[in-house]
Amino acid sequence: MKGNKRLHNGVGPVLAAGVLALGLGSNGALAQEDPIKVGILHSLSGTMAISETALKETVEMLIEQQNEEGGLLGREIEPVVVDPASDWPRFAEQARQLLADDEVDVVFGTWTSVSRKSVLPVFEELNGLLFYPVQYEGEESSENVFYLGASPNQQAIPAVDYLMNDLGVERFALLGTDYVYPRTTNKILEQYLMDNGVAEEDIMINYTPFGHSDWQSIVSDVRDFGGQGEKTAIVSTINGDANVPFYTELANQGVSASDIPVVAFSVGEQELAGIDTAPLVGHMSAWNYFMSAPTTENVEFIQAWHEFKDDTSAVTNDPMEAHYIGFNMWVEAVRRAGTTDVEAVQDAIIGVTVPNLTGGYATMMPNHHITKPVMIGEIQPDGQFSVVWETNGEVAGDAWSDYLPESSDIIASWRAPLLCGNYNVETGVCSGQDYGD
Amino acid sequence: MKRSVRCMLASLLLALGLIAPPAGAADDETLVSNLRQLNEGSFDDKAAAVRTIAESGHPRAVPVLQALLDSRLYFRIAGGGIVIADALDAGYSVTDPVSGEALGEATQYEIRRVSINNAVRTEARKMLALAGLSSPDRQARAQAVERLLASPDPAIAERMEGLIDDEPVAGIRRDMALAIGLARLEAPEPATRLAALETLDGSLRNRVRNEVRRVARNDPAPAVQARAADILEGIEERRDLWGLGEQIFFGLSAGSVLMLAAFGLAITFGVMGVINMAHGELIMLGAYTTYVVQLLMPNAIDYSLFVAIPAAFLVTGAFGVAIERGVIRFLYGRPLETLLATFGLSLILQQLVRTVFSPLNRQVSTPEWMSGSIEINAALSLTLNRLYVIAFAFLVFGLLLVLFKRTTLGLKVRAVSQNRAMARAVGVSSSRIDALTFGLGAGVAGLAGVALSQITNVGPNMGQAYIIDSFLVVVFGGAGSLWGTLVGGLSLGVLNKFLEPETGAVLAKVLVLVFVILFIQRRPQGLFPQRGRAASEG
Repeated sequence: MKGNKRLHNGVGPVLAAGVLALGLGSNGALAQEDPIKVGILHSLSGTMAISETALKETVEMLIEQQNEEGGLLGREIEPVVVDPASDWPRFAEQARQLLADDEVDVVFGTWTSVSRKSVLPVFEELNGLLFYPVQYEGEESSENVFYLGASPNQQAIPAVDYLMNDLGVERFALLGTDYVYPRTTNKILEQYLMDNGVAEEDIMINYTPFGHSDWQSIVSDVRDFGGQGEKTAIVSTINGDANVPFYTELANQGVSASDIPVVAFSVGEQELAGIDTAPLVGHMSAWNYFMSAPTTENVEFIQAWHEFKDDTSAVTNDPMEAHYIGFNMWVEAVRRAGTTDVEAVQDAIIGVTVPNLTGGYATMMPNHHITKPVMIGEIQPDGQFSVVWETNGEVAGDAWSDYLPESSDIIASWRAPLLCGNYNVETGVCSGQDYGD
Repeated sequence: MKRSVRCMLASLLLALGLIAPPAGAADDETLVSNLRQLNEGSFDDKAAAVRTIAESGHPRAVPVLQALLDSRLYFRIAGGGIVIADALDAGYSVTDPVSGEALGEATQYEIRRVSINNAVRTEARKMLALAGLSSPDRQARAQAVERLLASPDPAIAERMEGLIDDEPVAGIRRDMALAIGLARLEAPEPATRLAALETLDGSLRNRVRNEVRRVARNDPAPAVQARAADILEGIEERRDLWGLGEQIFFGLSAGSVLMLAAFGLAITFGVMGVINMAHGELIMLGAYTTYVVQLLMPNAIDYSLFVAIPAAFLVTGAFGVAIERGVIRFLYGRPLETLLATFGLSLILQQLVRTVFSPLNRQVSTPEWMSGSIEINAALSLTLNRLYVIAFAFLVFGLLLVLFKRTTLGLKVRAVSQNRAMARAVGVSSSRIDALTFGLGAGVAGLAGVALSQITNVGPNMGQAYIIDSFLVVVFGGAGSLWGTLVGGLSLGVLNKFLEPETGAVLAKVLVLVFVILFIQRRPQGLFPQRGRAASEG
């Protein structure tokens, strides 16, 4: 959590009210003029294309649907698509292009935390709006970003609670890919587990590089760690295609889901599509949405997606639902504000509530995170999940983890009078963003 | 009236030991209602239903539970009736779970799978294992005992006490004795516990170790505690020894992968002195050849590798010859330009694969005979696919050795690499040999691709993960020496696997790299230096 913290917040929001009034005045007069521009900033090539292409198409589908219903404020919505090609610095360049040259009203995009961190200064400098659709490590709240994915208290913490309370797990192997999301999440989890009376020797932490394929000795280590008599589970923040050899090695070494279950935070329907799921059956994932959710909203969404893709086997997943929620929230906020003006929308969107796809509601909180239900699903032979546990109602996203000593005193609120994304309640100091270098 | 007569008759026959009890209509009804509970209740209810079904002794109980475990138990969306469904090309053929009669077909919109979780699955496995204890099939009995050894349930031990004397197979008897011994560790008399401990001595099983450790810590009788500590020490010692064996196996396996990936480079870089940055992509092409072969013969996956091995060799070999004739032969003696040109080639090959196939990973199936593992004992089992890859690496090594030392082609390759002018003077067509040598190196890279397709993801980027490691092995082992590649690959693999548990995978890689750099400082020519064009010209 080091890094160059800049003290430049608190100026922009003061203008918000004034601009809001202006925005309201301009509504109607400008109707039928220019289209509203929505920027889509997702990698369409490179390593992240596998995951991000579906998200770009989701936003395009949502825009198409909105236009069929008559657009927004009487204006057409026009997507502006760029391709940052899984290249982090390129994300910042493309974000600048979207905001400065194309003058988009809002941007939906980015996937990895490092790409979000790299566009963050651009959005703050040029005062744009970014809707970020993926679960992430928390420890951030920007005035210009809306976090639609789960923060650790909406995914990792409830999953570990489930393991401890429902499955009676006493030992935890935290395995992850070596980058910022797994490292921060595991730091939070380790602290949380120790706060809950799990001894240090009952927690094993291991990191592997991206695309790791030789899991023999790590799985054997975990098997040994789990073979000491107490119930053991693996909490996996392993990302990308390294998961396939990982699960295969578990099966090869005879570790089944009933011996040592895996709870993964990055394995969803998209990742399971097209791989042999036999060795994975019974292992779990924690998400806020599963394609198998039996609600009419979800079935309609899936049908629309199949029609849009012209493919009845296309899958939907959690980040897609996040875009669905985020897009609807933005539409509702623009309607309320009567303009697409950034400050007006920032002000109007807090408190906006829209239905999610699993039968509940998502509300935008003052810390720019949303409320989400948390579900644990077990992998089925067809690559879908069957929900075995879920929270009662929705959980509000926590921007700053309560379980890390360095952030337990920090809160975020973008509503007056606080208007700060990093406010220390002990010292009363408001710090700026951490750009993560 | 009629029914009671039938019941009387049945009990009479049963008493005479003539027939097994027939399933009465009442039993069928209970089974149906239990099946409904299996579908509609909470997961706890479902687990309870599994138990009731198993204990009902209904003749269809075992097939129903097996269907549940195999995810073949479905319910009709309309009406909620339970059926066993087997997937057809389109839709399912359904059978009645109670009578076992065929009920025709159903579409995917009419039936849904009965959802279960791990707890229900575990319960069903345990119940099936209990039923399997008295199965006439020895394989089934062995599996049943094996599974039940993991669950601490005194009732199961009692069951086994009744069965152990009639068990004809010694191995199964031994495992049963273990289960009984484990249960007797709870007995109130210290003498019984002490006797139970003796039956456990020598077993390497995890559960035995954990139970003995518990006794060594907590038993009220000091004599029992001391004996348990004794036995525990023996168990731990032997387990450690086997653990070391396992680590060496992991190392050999990782090493054999390195070795296979590096053989091709040992030929192109070591013998010819060509820095081929597209080597990883040739491996990738070999893996994609395997994928295509499997696409062409979907019904014979078990034999696909035997077709894929020569196919991959020929395909990548042909690519190799084309690369040599088309690009590299113009660049001999200009290593920097070769490096850049082959790097460009690697990008072209990657993009080619992305365009032809897709940017997504392709799934290559593992043949049945390569899946699973051989269990040496409870502490050590060797995974079959890794074992085959090790064997394959040594086979390729042997063949290459024979090729270089015993054939005319090998002789000519060595001649050209050692002294080109002299070789030409005695009538060797050096340009033809160059093309063939490069083709051979490429073909061997393709063989590595076939092996890698069985243990890692097949995608356009897969080659990049191996190019650095391959150069590392070849430089460490000594350019141009097959023995160097063998020893270099295996020792780096073993080193890596011994470091990994201590330092983590990332640091282990760094340490191996540092080790090789320091080694090269001391001994720039590598482990097995050899005269080659690279050595003489460089």
